[in-house]
Amino acid sequence: MSAISREDLVHLAQLAHIEMSGAELDKMTGELGVIVDAIASVSEVASSDIPATSHPIPLTNVLREDVVGQTLSIDEVLLNAPDSDSDRFRVPAILDGE
Amino acid sequence: MVNNSVSDLIRLSATALAAKLRAGEVTSVAAVQAHLDRIAEVDGALNAFLHVNAEEALAVAAEVDAIRAAGGAEAEALHPLAGVPIAIKDLIVTKGQPTTAASKMLEGWMSPYDATVIEKIRAAKLPMLGKTNLDEFAMGSSTEHSAYGVTRNPWNLNRIPGGSGGGSAAAVASFEAPLALGTDTGGSIRQPGAVTGTVGVKPTYGGVSRYGAIAMASSLDQIGPVSRTVLDSAYLQELIGGHDPKDSTSLPKTLEGLVAAAEAGATGDLKGLRVGVVKELQGEGYQAGVQARFEESLELLKGAGAQIVEVSCPNLKYALGAYYLIMPSEVSSNLAKFDGVRFGKRVLPESGPMTIERVMGSTRAAGFGDEVKRRIILGTYALSAGYYDAYYGSAQKVRTLIQRDFAAAFEQADVLVSPTAPTVAFELGENDNDPLAMYLNDVATIPANLAGIPGITVPGGLSEDLPVGIQFLAPAFEDARVYRAGAALEALLEKSWGHTLISQAPAIDSASIAPKA
Repeated sequence: MSAISREDLVHLAQLAHIEMSGAELDKMTGELGVIVDAIASVSEVASSDIPATSHPIPLTNVLREDVVGQTLSIDEVLLNAPDSDSDRFRVPAILDGE
Repeated sequence: MVNNSVSDLIRLSATALAAKLRAGEVTSVAAVQAHLDRIAEVDGALNAFLHVNAEEALAVAAEVDAIRAAGGAEAEALHPLAGVPIAIKDLIVTKGQPTTAASKMLEGWMSPYDATVIEKIRAAKLPMLGKTNLDEFAMGSSTEHSAYGVTRNPWNLNRIPGGSGGGSAAAVASFEAPLALGTDTGGSIRQPGAVTGTVGVKPTYGGVSRYGAIAMASSLDQIGPVSRTVLDSAYLQELIGGHDPKDSTSLPKTLEGLVAAAEAGATGDLKGLRVGVVKELQGEGYQAGVQARFEESLELLKGAGAQIVEVSCPNLKYALGAYYLIMPSEVSSNLAKFDGVRFGKRVLPESGPMTIERVMGSTRAAGFGDEVKRRIILGTYALSAGYYDAYYGSAQKVRTLIQRDFAAAFEQADVLVSPTAPTVAFELGENDNDPLAMYLNDVATIPANLAGIPGITVPGGLSEDLPVGIQFLAPAFEDARVYRAGAALEALLEKSWGHTLISQAPAIDSASIAPKA
């Protein structure tokens, strides 16, 4: 299967919201190539007649009563926030240039 | 004399210590203090603990002692393990103690809630000694990927203690704690157990609530017990197991009879038990010393009346590949929440526009270590358009094939057996530049996670003066079988040696640590 190019990696890092230095990108391109080669064998046996397993022990329709359960107070929730303002999380600009 | 009795206290199994506590021969405060003293003595060399919870542990111990001293109904109602100290892998959230997942991302984070297993431990009044080291977010097989320094193997301080739960395994192996909690996504309880000469169990998926275990790969993760004896793990799994409405993957029914199975196994009688040797989990890639200990164990099992059959699971050769697609895919999704917005680290970009996207990018760049980044990127790749079917989709199909292989094997055998890890503990730093070599350590443990079945590791002897682990696997829900087989092999081996394996561990001498090259 196809190797991951440095250009691919730049795109993947953006998707994953991880800033990477040039040196990090160089190192990881090589490492990921080796790993992808090693794991690509799975497609050898995955023929179309085999169903996929997403979960080892299938449980269906796990439901609970629609009632308000125990929740955390606003103070407890904001205790670990990097920044907050009254009862809210405070973050930098959501949109570019605004 | 005082020193002797303290060193005896820390060497007791959890079950033996519990019996002494019940009989009033020793107090829980004395037991907890003995373990705290041991931590003070050796953890500078080992680094098994990220946080020591002395004050609360002593307070809980004093509470248990007071209840016992008063006697009556409340004393009668105490859990059998009440007063026995326990260490907690720092992936499991605890009120009142920091939880870091061994990541800079969660440095200083205090969980506003307890994991369900922690609630059960509090209710049973087991004093918590503290939080143990791990590979960051449980990603690794060596505990070298902790943001807070490596943990060393008590058998040889220049070797890895396994991972990701190297801290819990090293703590139990070095008598810092009689019990610990671990989590096992691809072997993170069993492989550290194998390389430190201790016992560890991955229960059936859903057998123990995962609520409050920081998620790595949700379809694979499982909390389980770590101890020095099979019986101790059985008691601990019975304590932490059972249905939990807070975990939608929790099994509806409780897995029972684990202690009884361990006790039955300890008689060493395995008449009628069919033990399947998995052809694909031995031989090539397994060190000669590991293979030799494995074959000796098979002989003992045979001598105890077990019927040894060879079984083949041909699709296991694809297990590692499937695991390294499914796990990172789930990792990339589960770790998206660490974005510097609601909790944990926030790092602002050094220059340029200050948008939330850029804050996330610099936060995750600074907060995550290399192995975590590698897996997030790999998962993002496996799930991306154009590759999803070839990678993630195929891996899910392999999962089906592996489940079918195990189902067929369990028609011929009641339990399966293999070495737990292909090698003894490797040297610290040995696989620094070769992530794939580290991944191969989990080749024998990963299949159980993919299939959701229970597995145990028990000490199987030494090779190159380092412990070798033997693994038993059983069908889903049949956790009792791994306890029976594990306890039997433990008893048979100890009888043949005339001692426990852990009693052979050398004294911990920080002078033996090799200077960094």
